[in-house]
Amino acid sequence: MNIAIDIASWVLLTLGGVNLLIGGIGVLRMPDFYTRMHAASLTDSMGAILVILGIMLQAGLSLATVKLGAILAFLLLTSPTAANALAVSALLAGMKPRTGDAVQRTNHEADA
Amino acid sequence: MYYAVIVATLVTMALALLRAVRGPTVYDRVLAVNMFGTKTVLLLAALAFVFGRPDFLDLVLVYALINFIGVFAVLEFFRNRATRAGERQPAQHE
Amino acid sequence: MSTITLLFSIFLLTLLMITTMAIVRTRNLFVAVMLMGIASLLIAASFFLLDAADVALTEAAVGAGISTVLFLGALALTSERERSPSSLPLLSLGIVAIVALIVIYATFDQPPLGSPSAPVQAHLTPWYIESTRELIDIPNVVTAVLASFRGYDTLGEVIVVFTAGVGVLFLLGTGASASAAGAPLSEDNAGLRHYLIPRILGRLLIPFILLLGFYVQFHGEYSPGGGFQAGAIVAASIILYSLLEGEQRALLVIPQGVLLAMMVGGVLLYGAVGVAGLVLGGNFLDYSVLDSDPVKGQQWGILLIEIGIGITVAGVLISIFHAFASRGAA
Repeated sequence: MNIAIDIASWVLLTLGGVNLLIGGIGVLRMPDFYTRMHAASLTDSMGAILVILGIMLQAGLSLATVKLGAILAFLLLTSPTAANALAVSALLAGMKPRTGDAVQRTNHEADA
Repeated sequence: MYYAVIVATLVTMALALLRAVRGPTVYDRVLAVNMFGTKTVLLLAALAFVFGRPDFLDLVLVYALINFIGVFAVLEFFRNRATRAGERQPAQHE
Repeated sequence: MSTITLLFSIFLLTLLMITTMAIVRTRNLFVAVMLMGIASLLIAASFFLLDAADVALTEAAVGAGISTVLFLGALALTSERERSPSSLPLLSLGIVAIVALIVIYATFDQPPLGSPSAPVQAHLTPWYIESTRELIDIPNVVTAVLASFRGYDTLGEVIVVFTAGVGVLFLLGTGASASAAGAPLSEDNAGLRHYLIPRILGRLLIPFILLLGFYVQFHGEYSPGGGFQAGAIVAASIILYSLLEGEQRALLVIPQGVLLAMMVGGVLLYGAVGVAGLVLGGNFLDYSVLDSDPVKGQQWGILLIEIGIGITVAGVLISIFHAFASRGAA
């Protein structure tokens, strides 16, 4: 039983780590702000869910698990809201998402 | 068991920091800071268990709850600047 | 500290170096504010790795939200671009280099980090750990040291926070004359009312943030936390409210007079506990005499002065926020 829990939590933690890395690489490599935002939200959602679930399995039934659950709930509420606020302020400042015809432009100045 | 995920978090933090330093627009930097915040939450949660000190999770709770206030302040800041300028203003480049 | 945590520490400090270099190099102050946020997160994580949870909690409470908000408030009053220095500041560079060399030279005499034979570990720390159990009987030794053994220092710190708040209010004004002069609530353009998602979620979370603040305040004797951290967290929830609903509404909830009373009242409560010790026949800030049982007296004293700290810190932070926000709106 213990080994099963260990394996499950190891799988969750590793998958979470992989998600974090993918999101991190995406934030660095994606071509414009809105696509980068998409990559960042991967780490905030899947990454956070998997990692915290993995830790929760290790913590077992304790106060720590309750706290971890609260942390996960707050993260899942706040980070999409922060992303929304950020996207709104970018749109407000007149930043256009990069669309098909913009792909030809090679330099980043176009993003403004 | 936790070390793999801690290393992944640290590498992701480094990538986010790189994005924050490189920009190019201010919004990329805000995005990177916000992402950095959630990665810190995950890092500290994992570290609390590596140290065997689950009571340190209080600190993680504080981060999970008040880290996003800064982004609201950014939104308010740009909204204020936009209304004061009276007209649409292009995003500032560094 | 095991090798792996040492490696984590070195990695975090390297990131911190990169961040601070970027802060110094950028001429755009908005970028500097954002990078300061990252620096604060890195510092808190480093404190955490050193097992200093109380300090990390302070950094988390202040650095995560409030300092960004205050920096942006200050930035709204000035231009976004830093002026380039007119000439190379050779004199100050020289002084900084010399001081840095002296400090580095001084570290050679320091015992290694965490060395058990260091004077601090050999005498003072065991005494604190032993006496805390014996005299005060609370699990968090940091709270005992901060609030009781070093009560004078902490009183000084609270007065420093209070003085800083008074200083900012003298410079910027309380904003009371501008915004509270019978002006009707401008409902249409206040805060982020038009942004539905932030507003709904913020309203949902404000009670939880307040609850967490009170938990950190009153649980500080058992787990990391105390008045400084709790004051900052409570202030963060009020600042979130004013961001969402506009500053005027926040001033209706907690008027300027109440904020000033909080700033003064917390310091006075701390001082009154000290004087009560004098009156009851002990020394200033000696809590043992507050109750017939000295250990209970110590616990009462710590509880009361922590509340004083929390009230002052919350009052100062909210007042400073309002001072900047009302200036920016004018």
